[in-house]
Amino acid sequence: MSVSDSKAGESGLRRDERLRQTGLIRGTLLRPEVGAIMGAAALWAYFAIVAGDRGFLSWRGTISYLEVSAQLGILSVAVALLMIGGEFDLSIGSTIGASGMIIAIASVNYELNLWLALVVSLIVAIAIGLANGVLVRWSGLPSFIITLATLFIIRGLTIALTRIETGRTQLGGVEDTAGFDLARSVFGSDLQLFGTRFPVSILWWLGLTALATWVLLRTPFGNWIFGSGGNEQAARNIGVPVTRVKITLFVGTAVAAWLVAVVQVISTTGADVLRGTGQEFFAIIAVVIGGTLLTGGYGSAIGAAIGALIFGMVRQGIVYAGVDADWFQVFLGGMVLIAVLINRYVRKRAMEAR
Amino acid sequence: MHRVPRLLLVFMLVIGSMLAVATASAQDEEEDLRFVMVTHGQAADPFWSVVQRGAERAAEDLGVTVEYQAPTTFDMVAMSQLIDAAVASNPDGLVVSIPDADALSPSIQAAVEAGIPVISINSGAEVADELGLMTHVGQTEYEAGFGGGQRMGAAGATEAICLIHEAGNIGLEERCRGFSEGLAETGGTGEQLVVDLNNPTEAQQRIEAALTSNPDINGIMALGPTGALPAMQAIEAAGVGDRVQLATFDLSPEVLQGIQDGTVLFAIDQQQYMQGYLPIVFLTLYQRNGNVPADDVVLTGPGFVDSSNVDQVIELVEEGTR
Repeated sequence: MSVSDSKAGESGLRRDERLRQTGLIRGTLLRPEVGAIMGAAALWAYFAIVAGDRGFLSWRGTISYLEVSAQLGILSVAVALLMIGGEFDLSIGSTIGASGMIIAIASVNYELNLWLALVVSLIVAIAIGLANGVLVRWSGLPSFIITLATLFIIRGLTIALTRIETGRTQLGGVEDTAGFDLARSVFGSDLQLFGTRFPVSILWWLGLTALATWVLLRTPFGNWIFGSGGNEQAARNIGVPVTRVKITLFVGTAVAAWLVAVVQVISTTGADVLRGTGQEFFAIIAVVIGGTLLTGGYGSAIGAAIGALIFGMVRQGIVYAGVDADWFQVFLGGMVLIAVLINRYVRKRAMEAR
Repeated sequence: MHRVPRLLLVFMLVIGSMLAVATASAQDEEEDLRFVMVTHGQAADPFWSVVQRGAERAAEDLGVTVEYQAPTTFDMVAMSQLIDAAVASNPDGLVVSIPDADALSPSIQAAVEAGIPVISINSGAEVADELGLMTHVGQTEYEAGFGGGQRMGAAGATEAICLIHEAGNIGLEERCRGFSEGLAETGGTGEQLVVDLNNPTEAQQRIEAALTSNPDINGIMALGPTGALPAMQAIEAAGVGDRVQLATFDLSPEVLQGIQDGTVLFAIDQQQYMQGYLPIVFLTLYQRNGNVPADDVVLTGPGFVDSSNVDQVIELVEEGTR
């Protein structure tokens, strides 16, 4: 503070330090997502060199990693908002499995119109989000623990109820249900672009990223999210409805999980009780790579989307590079470690610079 | 601020060198033929590590390259995405397992349409032909059950029960159907008994009750090691070891021990090493010599492990090839 005061004094201007203009370059470098963007560019360049002749650069190859990124990105953008709001949701992977199975059972076994089945599963997903949020706020316990519990409860219920209902753990035949064609064009269609398929889920990913960024940076609700995650007490003192904000964010992650489930059920024309296993951690990884802090109050939806892009590139890139799948988790963990170290460094510099 | 790019440089170098180490090991012996194998078997699954070893050995023997990929969890969406990437990398051949035909068919079809020869292994025998695959390498449920029934009949069983441990699992019912018909060849009859393995004590008592209530039963076929264990205990508890012969699908340390001790007659082995080895041979022959196997399904099982070969099999299990 004293540094900037003296500088202001030197230049002869008596400006409030909070209004001090940051230089364009420094301002850009201090954005949470900047590390992720450079990392994504570096990874892309790396795979282009190593596996460019193996199809990584082809349109088909690009689509294959964008599709992986899109499904994780839909999740990670919602998770980013929640984490900026200072909470975790570990139950989203289970919610994907549950939503998918509800859609399949309702439409195939009960012969509901697929759209009605989507609504039913959406209602269940919203209920899961509400339950997570209310439990966290009512108990005052860390959301990590509460949603760890709901992770197992939801997955267990999905397996148990599905087996009671159908005697199986996989269900197919969604393509024969009423309303499938329209649902497919909205959630699962492949547009033809440059001679290859272009999954519509990529558009959902980009759209949600834009929406979340707008909410975060341009609306009062966005400010409330930063406030609730940054300093809850202070936020409450200035009138932010913290409980409402956080419960809304939990509903947001559950609905994102539902959307991923819909995309998967439509594109695979079936459901499996194990769908989504481990996605909660992949989503957190994408969010962290994207520059969001685990402590809340700081982060970006664009960063989370780019974190998902990096995940997709590495996941698929190692196939092109001919690396054994055993290594994937090593890279993933390594990248998380590097990303958090860079984020910590950038944040420290950001604080010093003020 | 100039230190930030330097840190990113470090970031790139670290990731780059990590990948370089792995790619180097994979590309050391860059050959003219490159095959990709995508299965649903995770790296730590002992069953699938035998498959992977089979494929790697075949690659070594034939001087080709095999890259093995599997999703980190049983996730058919992730698996279909891995197949997409494998197809886009334009390999000389693709080997896949098909545990969920609904979810994987579009990706596999894309491979076939792109002109890549595809072989399915382990699961997917029923859809392989329809998808236009070169062949399927694995054990089919009915035939394996049939072989088991024949063999149990030859050992003198006349009235046997087949233990279904998952009601509604079509694969298991097919095994039992095959078993009954195989047994019928020697005039024996087979019946199904559904047991719940989530409660092993109850399962054991159920089997025991079946054995004591019907003194004519002289054979039990378990559909996996998890079903074989309560059956072993039930036979012992009922004291009918002289009368009742037990056989099972698949190998486990307890089953092998049982065969050595004489409490288990035989185990049906699907010999998954061949499911890794053979497709690489077929694909290499196809690419180098234009050969295509004539069978829609190449059976790797049922192979049998009994007292005559159990010692050898135990040694090979330790070496990781059985």
